[in-house]
This record gives sequence, structure tokens and C-alpha cells, in this order.
Amino acid sequence: MNTIRRKLLDSMFKIRCAEEKIVEVYAKEQMMRTPTHLSIGQEAVAAGLSLALREEDQIFTGHRCHAAYLTKGGDFNAFFAELCGRVTGISGGRAGSAHLTDPSAHIYSSPILGAMIPVAVGAALSFKMEGRDKVAAAIFGDAAIEEGVFSESVNFAVTKKLPVLFLCENNLYSTHSPLSVRQPPSQVYERLRAPDFKTSQVDGNDAQCVYEHLSKVIEEIRRAHMPQLVECLTYRFREHVGPLFDYDRGYRSKEEVDGWMAQCPIKRFTAKLIQEKSMTQQEIDATQARWKKLADEAYVMALNSPWPGPESLLEKVY
Amino acid sequence: MDRRISYAQAISEALVQGMEHDPNVFIFGLGVDDYKGIFGTTREAFLKFGGTRVFDTPASENALTGIAIGAALNKKRPVLVHARNDFMFLALDQMINNAAKWKYTYAGKSTVPIVVRGIIGKGWGQGPTHSQSLQSVLAHFPGLIVAMPANACDVKGIILQSLKSDAPVVILEHRSLYDLQCHVPPERFTVPFGRARIARAGTDVTVAAVSWMAVQALKAADELSKVGISVEVIDPVTVQPLDEQTIVRSVRKTGRLIAADTSWLRCSFASEVAAIAAEKAFDYLKSPVKRIAWPECPCPVSKALEEEFYPTHEDIVRAVYELMDRKDKHVFTEKVTDTFVGPY
Ligand SMILES: Cc1ncc(C[n+]2csc(CCOP(=O)(O)OP(=O)(O)O)c2C)c(N)n1
Ligand SMILES: [Mg+2]
Repeated sequence: MNTIRRKLLDSMFKIRCAEEKIVEVYAKEQMMRTPTHLSIGQEAVAAGLSLALREEDQIFTGHRCHAAYLTKGGDFNAFFAELCGRVTGISGGRAGSAHLTDPSAHIYSSPILGAMIPVAVGAALSFKMEGRDKVAAAIFGDAAIEEGVFSESVNFAVTKKLPVLFLCENNLYSTHSPLSVRQPPSQVYERLRAPDFKTSQVDGNDAQCVYEHLSKVIEEIRRAHMPQLVECLTYRFREHVGPLFDYDRGYRSKEEVDGWMAQCPIKRFTAKLIQEKSMTQQEIDATQARWKKLADEAYVMALNSPWPGPESLLEKVY
Repeated sequence: MDRRISYAQAISEALVQGMEHDPNVFIFGLGVDDYKGIFGTTREAFLKFGGTRVFDTPASENALTGIAIGAALNKKRPVLVHARNDFMFLALDQMINNAAKWKYTYAGKSTVPIVVRGIIGKGWGQGPTHSQSLQSVLAHFPGLIVAMPANACDVKGIILQSLKSDAPVVILEHRSLYDLQCHVPPERFTVPFGRARIARAGTDVTVAAVSWMAVQALKAADELSKVGISVEVIDPVTVQPLDEQTIVRSVRKTGRLIAADTSWLRCSFASEVAAIAAEKAFDYLKSPVKRIAWPECPCPVSKALEEEFYPTHEDIVRAVYELMDRKDKHVFTEKVTDTFVGPY
């Protein structure tokens, strides 16, 4: 159990430190010219999911993809280089922040809402056809379920009995729009439950809960070849896209943001680790310091990397 | 009196005036009522008319379009807004299989006058899925009006025309135009569909350029005037219907044509203009037609590649030199400078 906890904490710090580095340089240095959706405050979801999945399981996600990419085994330095548009980036600088995709890390992203949900179903279809016991996980926000393609994908996956985890990362907002103007008042997971479709909800800011619940669900999916949906309740601290806080913009209150920041998944988890004497404060600080240093180094390395050459513009179109 | 307002302000003003004039007009779409108000274009309407006539929606582009059609069928005048026109890809079924065919198929007994606004993104790493420009997709299908106004005055007039029209209208608004100002009459006025604007008169070369490229063409014309080349810039304003006559008349006069687009070459507006010239002004052409459009690849994020990707006024100047058979190199007085401070 203790190794699991250490891994969860390490994963969350990896995301947090990488993204705090983005916050530090994004507007000031103008070197990351790519609209960037931060997961600060939502780290427990990706950390728990990636640890609950096997290495060869695949993740398909959307615009807010940093956390899943970094925890699924994506390359840390290539991540920074991608944001800086350099040739050493994940896609050589072509894809930017919202399309983080690396088949060797089994992670795929696209920022068109819902676009990757059926792709996850297709991956699961191939796993089933090949008789593999792999699982495909689609991660999406609370707005993506409003797209028709979500319902179509669930229907297909249930009908064909496919090993798909539908993971809804519910942070209560779509850009600046609260759930209440977009969906009925019922809970997402209850509304989406059906006789043939098991759904559940978990505290998305409790890394261990997320991990334990998803581990159980994923093994059920793997064994029974039936898709399930898990709703993770969480909250984004910063603006929808970009590095700033935005509680002065009128769509959500400072009290609401502060309330959720008090529920910060890292704060909660470290408090628990200390209380249960799983880790000391020094060990925790050392974990954070290590990722902070790696983030600083990765950014410098990115800036020292070459730009993609103009001659490469037309390569790999077909 | 010269009253200069920006493109974004002109959109806002047109929507407010249209809503004042016709209580059936309403605006909906993702984020139309938020504090940013689609780059400031729907904010005033929301503050003035409130949440029953300007309202937020779920992210359901195809359904929203069908919902607009159903409302329009019953005398409403919906304006559906997409923060990027790329999101219209999800709505093409309703736009093309339903809206575009409605009046004709049902013999004109009912009409579905919806207005769909979509913004074309550019620069600062908008990337492959947030920078596209859908005019050739949309203009291909009879029954949809496709407007791409290139200045504040035209966008206001086009919106007000759309709110009077019987036909479904798509307005593609280039984000780079949003801060550009020009004189815009304060009153409610319309700009007709299918009438090109001669943005600058000239005698040596015709540049037919759409949206952001019309701005680039004017810049190129300035440069070229300094070396004694006179460029006529034609901005079609609407891509469908397309004012063939104005283009043909200009090409017959100048004998040279460049068509500049904000999208890819294949099956494009630029190709359409070239075809029209070949059919209707062939004998007047002194040199082959040139098309300026995007290179044959998706738009990459990296600044290094993005700069390579987008054509600018410099490409138009170079193309004109070629058509005029000038072997010397142009000395640009104005360089392409990116003063934009991100994020987008
Ligand atoms: C088809 C489509 N429509 C609209 C958008 C614009 N958009 C990007 S992110 C976003 C909000 C998504 O909210 P949610 O799914 O809850 O994810 P979150 O940003 O909260 O993580 C919207 C509307 C888009 N990218 N694609
Ligand atoms: Mg959300």
C-alpha cells in the first residue's frame, strides 16, 4: 500500500510542478504559444487512473490532457518541448498543449469535445476482436457528455459488450458555464445509469479513493467485457484556458474557489500521509523539490532545442 | 461624420439593433452570455435583452442547429454562435441536410432563416482543429448563404441583412479582423448578399481576396503602388452567392488575376475564382491566374511552422511581381510583424 501511496503522490507532484512551471513562464516569456488548459486542482483523477490501468491499456482524452499524458508515462522533457513548439516535442511541436498524443505511452488527445470518446470504443472493439484483455479509457469533462457522440458511443459499447471505461471528470463547469444551465439538476452518474450500464461516482480529489475505486471498476470491465462509467467530482483552480486565477470574472465566486482549494488533492493527500505516518514532511518536500527541479530543467532544455525546420512542413500529411 | 468602430463592436451593434427591431431575434450558443461574450460581440445584447433572448447552451452543436431550424420554422430568428467555426463540423448534418435544402425541397412553403456565426482562429498556436476556415465546405451546397465580411462596416450590414433574409446564413468572422476599425454608419443598414466590394480600384492586376486575405491584399496594394504597380482589390463579401460579374469585369480590365484565400487550395474559393476567370475572361488574360492559399497540410502549432504556413501580403506582392514579369526583388517598407501578446 505504501508504494501505491508514494506513486500517487509522485504522480500528483509531477503534474502540479510541471503546470506551476507553465504558470510561471506562460504569459511572461511567451515561449509556449499554445492555448493551455491546466489540470491544477484535478491531479488526483489522472494519477489514480494511470496507476489503476496497466501499461498497455490506452487512454483517449480531450483538451485538458496534460495530467493524463504525464501520468500515463509520457516523456517529461518532450512535454515541455512540445509546448514550446520545438522539434524535440512529443509531436515535434505540431500538436501543442491540447493534442498530446504518444502511442508509445498509450495516450491520445484531441480538443474537439467528445472527439476521442468513440475512438476509445474503437480501440476496445479491436481489443475484443483480438482476444486481448486490454481496456480503453475515455476521459472527458462534464460538457463532452452533451455531445451526441457520447450517447452514440455508450450505446455501441454496451451493445457490443466492449471493455471501455468512460471517465467523466466533472469539474462543474464548461468554460464559464455552470452545469445548472446545461444539464438537469440530477447527478451525472445517476442520470447516465441504465439497466445495462453500470455507473458510479467517486471523490475526485481523493487520490487513494480514485485509485481504489478505478482499480476495482477496471478489473470488472476487463473481466466482464462490459463498459462502465465513473464520475470523478473535482474542480479546476485556474481559468479555463491559460495560467491565471479568474474568480474576479463573475462566473464563480472566490468563496467557491477557496472552498475547493482547501480540498486540494495534494494538500489532502499529504496531510493523510503524515497523519498515517506513511511519509515524513521531509520526504514529501523532497518529492516536490525533485519535480520542481526537473520542470525547471525541462523548460530550459526545451528552449535550447531547435525549432522544426520549414522543410518539414509538408511531411507526413498522407 | 467619421465614426470608426472595430469589427467586434460592429457585430455587437448589429445584433443589438437587430434585436431591438425584431423581437423574434434571439442569440444562443456556448458562452454567449458569459463575461467575455464571444470576444465582446454578444455582451451588450445580453446586458440589454437578458437571458431569455441571449442564452447559454449545452455543447451539442448538431442538436442546437436543428433546434434553431425548428424555431425558425415557427417565426423565430435564431442566431447561433460558435466560438470557432471548426465546431460547425459537428453540425454539418443539420446545416446541410436540413437547412440548406429546406426551402427548395419543400417547394418554398416554409423557410428556415437561421443565422450561424463562426469565428476563424489564427495564430498563437491555434493548431490543427481551431484554425480552419470552412467556406468551401459550406459554399459547395446550394441553399446556404456564406458570408465572410472583411471589415466592420460590412459585417454589420451583413448581420442585419441576414436577420431579414429568408435563407439560412453562415457568417465566418476572422478573429484577426476583430480589432480592426473602419467607418460604420450608426443606423441600421444592410449590405446585400452577392455584391462584391471594390476595396481599391486599380489597373494592372486584380486581387480577389476573401476575409483576412482582403486586408493582406490592401497592404500588398500599398506596397506595390510605391513601385508603380496599380492593384485592384476585390472583396467578394459573400462567397455564396458570389458576385462573378464584378470579378470578371475587373479581370477584363486588368488582364491579370490573383485569387487569395484563407483556406486550402483544393476545391476552394480561390479555385472557384480562377475557374470563373478561365470561363469568362480567358481572352483578356495576359498571364496565367495565380492562387494564394494554405499549403497542403493541417495547420501546425509551433511558431516556426505556423509562420511558414500562413501566406501574407508579402506572398501577394511576390505573386504580382511574377505576373508582371518583374525580375527584381521588392523592397518591403512594411515587414510582417507579430505584435500579438498571448494568450490568444
Ligand atoms: C465540439 C466543440 N465544441 C466546443 C468546444 C469549445 N470548448 C473547448 S473546452 C470546452 C469546455 C469543456 O468543458 P468540459 O468538457 O466540462 O471540460 P473542462 O474544460 O471543464 O475540463 C469547450 C466548450 C470544443 N473544443 N469542441
Ligand atoms: Mg468541466
